[in-house]
Order: sequence, then C-alpha cells, then structure tokens
Amino acid sequence: MTSNPYLHVDSVWKSFDNHSVLRGISLEVLPHTATVLIGASGSGKSTLLRCINGLETVDAGSITIDGDLDVTAFNTDLDAVRRRVGIVFQSFNLFPHMKVIENIILGPTKVLKKSKAEATSFGLELLARFGLESKSEDYPDRLSGGQAQRVAIVRALAMKPEIMLFDEITSALDPMLVGEVLDAVRELRTGGLTIVMATHEMNFAREIADNVCFLKDGIVWEQGNPGALFSNASRPETQAFLSRVG
Amino acid sequence: MNTPAPGANVVYQDPLRQEQSRKKARRDALIGMASLIGFVVVTVFLVTRSSGWSSVQNTFFNGDQFVESFPTLLEAFWLNVRIFLIAEPLILLIGLLVALARTLRSPIFLPIRVIATLYVDVFRGVPTILVIFLLGFGMPALQLQGVPSDAIFWGTAALVLSYGAYVAEVFRAGIGSVHPSQTMAARSLGLSSFQTNRYVVLPQAIRNVMPPLLNDFISLQKDTALVAVLGPIEVLRRAQIDTSSNFNYTPYVGAALIFIALTIPMTRFADWMQRRSAKKRQAGGVTA
Repeated sequence: MTSNPYLHVDSVWKSFDNHSVLRGISLEVLPHTATVLIGASGSGKSTLLRCINGLETVDAGSITIDGDLDVTAFNTDLDAVRRRVGIVFQSFNLFPHMKVIENIILGPTKVLKKSKAEATSFGLELLARFGLESKSEDYPDRLSGGQAQRVAIVRALAMKPEIMLFDEITSALDPMLVGEVLDAVRELRTGGLTIVMATHEMNFAREIADNVCFLKDGIVWEQGNPGALFSNASRPETQAFLSRVG
Repeated sequence: MNTPAPGANVVYQDPLRQEQSRKKARRDALIGMASLIGFVVVTVFLVTRSSGWSSVQNTFFNGDQFVESFPTLLEAFWLNVRIFLIAEPLILLIGLLVALARTLRSPIFLPIRVIATLYVDVFRGVPTILVIFLLGFGMPALQLQGVPSDAIFWGTAALVLSYGAYVAEVFRAGIGSVHPSQTMAARSLGLSSFQTNRYVVLPQAIRNVMPPLLNDFISLQKDTALVAVLGPIEVLRRAQIDTSSNFNYTPYVGAALIFIALTIPMTRFADWMQRRSAKKRQAGGVTA
C-alpha cells in the first residue's frame, strides 16, 4: 500500500443555514480499497459523499481526485467529475418514466455519447452480473426495493466510474432485501473498484472495509482497519457508539 | 374449501356471499334507473304544462329556426376550430418556453427570467376579452407597414398570449412537482442541466400536468367565441346575426349545442386522466 491516495479530502468545512455539518474533515482513500464511514445520523457522512462528487459545494478546504482533479475549485467542470465518480442514494432515485434499461443507458448515451446498441449491450451485461437480466424491460414501479437499488447501482456502474460512493444504500430497505444489495457491493469490492460507503451495517463494514472511519461532529474522530477499530477503539466516544450499534 | 398450498396465489370468495352481492348490485341498478326515469317524466310533464312553456319553446327551441340556422352555424364553427388548432400548439410552445425560462438560474439569463415573469404577471392579470380588444382594435389602428390588420389574426394572437401565461404556470407547477432527488440523480450521472430537464424532469412534469392542461384546452375551445367581438363571423357571431334577423334565440341554443358536443367528450377524457393519475400516484408508492 504505497500508492498515492485516489481521493484526498483536505480540511473540508460545510454548513447549512449556520449549522456546521463538516468541520475541517480530512480523509484519504487509496485506490482499489473500500472505506466505510460510520457514525450517528447527522455526523456528516452523507454530506461528505455529496461534496465528493460536487452535488454540494464546500465552504472551505479541498477535495482532490486522482491527484489532479480538484472538485472544489471554482472553475472545475463538475459534469467531468461526476463522469468519474458514481454515487448511489438511499432512496434509489430511479427515473420512473423510463424502463430499467433506459435508466441505465441514459448516462452512457447522452453523456459519454456511446451508441445505443453499445450502451444497451453493456447495460444488459451489468444487469446479468447482478441477476437482473429479466428486469431490463420493466418500469421501476414493478421492482422490489432490493431490485430497484441494484438497478441504481448498475445505472451508476454503466458510466464506468473510477470510484463509487454509497450513501446508506440499504437504509430504506425491508430487512429481508438488505442482503441482495450488500452482495452487489461485495461483488464490486472483489472486482477491485474503489469504494466509499456510508452505512449502519456494522457486520458488513467489518467484512469488506480496508479502512473504517468513525465520523463525529463533522470530523473523522477515529479510523483504522476494521479489526483494530471494532475490537480495540481507543477513544471513548468511538467505543460508546460501537457498543450502542452492537 | 381446501387449504391452498402455502405461498400459492389463491383468491377465494364465498359463493353465497358472491350471489348476494350480485343480487344487491342488480337491485341497486334497477332502483337507480326507475328513479331517474320517474324524475325525467315528472320534470318534463311539469315544464311542458306550465303556462309560459309555449313561448319559451318558440323562442329558444324552435324547430324550423333550428333547421334553418344549424348548417350555417356549423359552417361558421369551422372558423372556431381553425382558431383553436392554430392557437393551441403556439400556446403549448410559449407556455413551455416561459416556464423553462423562469427556472433558469444563471445570472446571465436574468433579463430572460424578468421578461418571462413580467409576461405571466401581465397576461394572467388582464381579462382575456380586454387583451382581444386591445390587440384586435389597437394594432390595426397603428396602420404600421407589415403589421397585419386582420381581426382573426389579432384575435388568435390575443388568445395565444393570454392562454400562454396560464399554461406557463401549469408547466411551472409540473416542473415543481418532480422531486428534487430526480434532478440530483440525473446530475450525479454527469447529465448537464439542459439534459436533466430534457430527459428526466420535463417528461415527468408534462405527465403530471396533463389533466390541468386538458382543462385549459376545453376552456380555450369555448373562448374562441370571444373573437366574435372583433367582427369575424364565427359561430357566436353567426348565431347573433341569425337571432337578430328573426327575433328568435334558437340559433344561440344551436351554437351552445355545438360547443357542448365538442367539450363534453374532452371533459370526460380529462376526468378519466385525472382519475388514472390519482390512482397511479396512490399505487406508485416509494420506488419512484
């Protein structure tokens, strides 16, 4: 692990209506690793992810991708950032007026200017990889929550992102359906994709993370590999949080 | 009844209950029919026996007058149809462009946003008939080179301007009805703000506002008659001429019937669409 970080978050501040959410947070993510963000609701996990792909602008600090692309600079083409950084949301946000396959090829055809045939065949390939090939012609309202969330993952993957951000992607799901979505993330982790994931699924964090970050009060309060952090947290606030979530 | 296999999709209704509810439905339909027929018979009886009925019938429902005027009314109505057919696409176009202009956020577009807002404020605030007077009599009075003096042209233009403002607001409400998370998802895929509007927001917005748009269509169909104040012989003007030449109001009733014949099917269609979208919203749930 001597490579340069793929993602470098440096002292980022962000507030909403005078309420400070991120207070100088810093974070490094190495390529081909999975970083899991844990912490109570309101600790800044979602806000951090949204800042990383430019859906929120920061108040101070910088976020650098791949050593050269500064997301936070005023003249940065954010569409270019978003082509490289995929994100999946808690609430799926599929486009309800489009079939599954149309949801998936929208970005590749309109943004990457791929042909419809090429985008469709890659889309079907991805759907098959996640066991969804039979759903390609369905509309999103015909899908279960787990299927919808996996389609949302495929939609982001279709853009061939270099890094994927997962924002509590299992929090809106029926407990029965959490497993199939986590399986999809596990599959991506195995494939070597760089991942940053905010989650409340501690067992899953323990399993896939290379680095676990406990966020509190808008900073990384404590971080480490899952073995060390989960069984041997050094700060009392981390221990308290971990004992509460079990 | 045998117990179904677990998990099997089985619908079971007690045959006795089914038979009872079928009977009740049949009885309800019969009672409704009888009540309606009774009501109509009594009403017709009372109205036709009342003392003034013969003069009412003669003035408003005169068969000879009707037969005589109806073909000319229909012919004149063709002008209303043409005004409608020309105005409607223009209204949709203006409405959509104005609604989109009002969503522009970049500072360079400030003039466009201001103009769009002013346009909507002005034309929503002024009675349609006043706009028709203003343009229909005012513009030709300018006697400018190249400005048409045709009453039909200015009447239609006034309808387009007036309705364009209403339809712009309908579209704007539709755009507002699409959840911001849809925009966020589209932008996160790298779509530009134009592409996000074009492929994600507008298709959903337009679907959401179909029922109110249809209502505005219906209203426009009727308001084509307002152009009559400028002189062109459309159906209302025609009816007015026929009426005053015979001192009989049957042509007005004929004109009303023609409007009703066109608007009732559209109203039913709009109602049906409204019910369908309400049902969809109920069934749609959270996946969207």
